[in-house]
Amino acid sequence: MRRQWDTVWRSFRIATWLGWQIESNWTDPFLFAVYSMIKPLASAAILVVMYGVITNARFENPVFPYIYIGNAFYMYVGSVMVGVSWAVIDDREHYRTLKYLYIAPIRIPAYWLGRGIARFLTGSFAVLITMAAGVLFLRVPFHPAEVDWPLFLASLVLGVAMLAMMGLVLASISLMIAHHFFLIGEAVAGALYLLSGAIFPLEVLPPWLRPLGFAMPITYWLELIRRALLGDAARAFPTLAAFSNGQLLGILGGLTVLFGLIALFAFRWCDYQARERGLIDMTTNY
Amino acid sequence: MNTDLAIETHNLGRIYTIRNRRERRVRREIVALQDVNLQIPRGELFGLLGPNGAGKTTLIKILTTLLAPTSGWARVAGYDVVREPQKIRPRINMVSGGESSGYGLLTVRENLWMFAQFYGLPSREANRRIEELLRRIGLEDRIHTKSSDLSTGLRQKMNIVRGFLTDPEILFLDEPTLGLDVNAARDVRRFVREWLDVHPDRTVLLTTHYMVEADELCDRVAIINQGQVLACDSPENLKRRLERDALFEIEITSPNGLTGAILEAIPGVRRALLTETNGGARLDLTLVADSALPDVISVLTERSVRVRHLTKREPTLEDVFVELVGKPMAEAEKREDEDEP
Repeated sequence: MRRQWDTVWRSFRIATWLGWQIESNWTDPFLFAVYSMIKPLASAAILVVMYGVITNARFENPVFPYIYIGNAFYMYVGSVMVGVSWAVIDDREHYRTLKYLYIAPIRIPAYWLGRGIARFLTGSFAVLITMAAGVLFLRVPFHPAEVDWPLFLASLVLGVAMLAMMGLVLASISLMIAHHFFLIGEAVAGALYLLSGAIFPLEVLPPWLRPLGFAMPITYWLELIRRALLGDAARAFPTLAAFSNGQLLGILGGLTVLFGLIALFAFRWCDYQARERGLIDMTTNY
Repeated sequence: MNTDLAIETHNLGRIYTIRNRRERRVRREIVALQDVNLQIPRGELFGLLGPNGAGKTTLIKILTTLLAPTSGWARVAGYDVVREPQKIRPRINMVSGGESSGYGLLTVRENLWMFAQFYGLPSREANRRIEELLRRIGLEDRIHTKSSDLSTGLRQKMNIVRGFLTDPEILFLDEPTLGLDVNAARDVRRFVREWLDVHPDRTVLLTTHYMVEADELCDRVAIINQGQVLACDSPENLKRRLERDALFEIEITSPNGLTGAILEAIPGVRRALLTETNGGARLDLTLVADSALPDVISVLTERSVRVRHLTKREPTLEDVFVELVGKPMAEAEKREDEDEP
């Protein structure tokens, strides 16, 4: 048992180092810093401009911080979930190392999670920059003394763990798909953006789509983050108003465990299928 | 379970099912391996010799736990490749030729150190081995070079070091010299031999389609074609099969309609292979005895074909391959390329 944990830790630790080397060394530090700031600000600016045009610049409306914070923290979906699954594609297609990693005495899911850590760090930087811009320039209400920090930290940790588990499911599926693999992450992240109440309450969705939104752990996670940062202002929308913070944390925790189990079974099944069908080292030269 | 065997396969087979992209119901089966039975003792440098598409890489993929067989079984280091891959992986390593794998953003040392860490090698020991192996393969001056800045040949050398770095019980070398120039290929062959001299208990399974490589390096060679092992023995014993024959290589002027079939009709001619060359042709003859040669020369003379050069030579593994498959390896490879899905 001790040896297995050693293997898991070793896989995770070295993959984290590798992920950081890849994320931070693709250009010189100055350009890396500029890119890390410009990219999240640009994506937030698109949303802000659209909101301003549609609402006649009513930034004081509680809808605005709802949208802004949802959008800012949704960046974690792209960085953690897609980041974890992207390691499969990166190693198989770009670096051509997946087969060598696969035959090494490591735990592949732990390796994928480790690769996702660097994306989590760069994602955190993006969220921080976006939040800072919102507070400084767009009057997003943020009062450190009023923030429920324990709730925020608990939600953040649980949420990132949940996204990592979803990333493992996606990575396992990526193991079996060669053609158009790079679209999967974007497609899933795009669909979840629509379904998880990131930029509008679930009530806006057609009734037949709402159950999907309620089944998504990201919905509860974003609600918890908003409640922790905005306090009562976050309860302006009725979607999850009936749930207490504790209930929401319980649901998020339960769904995280559920996705953890799904990830475990998904990896076992996809690993078996990939070995059966000879897909592990398949490259497409896309 | 025989613990003296590093690798053991029994009726091992692999069939790929290929779906037609346009008509997904239409499926085609390709037999990549068929009833492969091998027993490779520990400490042996075993070669798999065959043309591209013969099934060599498929066999290596199965033995390294990357691919499941569709029939039969295989054991590596005494463990079943399907049921016990986790027990096999710490004991093996693999290097594939003809590809530029590795993290280009990392230096040579970083790439190698990282893989050593995945195998649980202490950092200090990993660095010691990296320096030693790089020196032995002639890459020590590139230790701090980013691997993206290495040429294909140097990158291949780095990958070879990666394979040996973990001191595996069983090492799989899949066409390790593919794409390398003559000098680099020679360096690699020397490196493999020296490593085995230092570690006589280690086992190497080498696949190649270079006859010289198999002949020079391997203790035993299995000749494989279209997924089947046709013969398995030491290079000397394989060649000895042909020692009863007389082998001649004749350079001639333009063949003037001469074919191998015409020559094979002459009594005493077992095989005649005609290969067009610049301004003439080369005739590889396998004769039952030297005494058949005058009749061959007569046929050439009748057709106004002049002999430029005639050599009697010792049998090579290429001759063994021709004997077993019925055509030279280059021709077999062409056929395999045409059959590719």
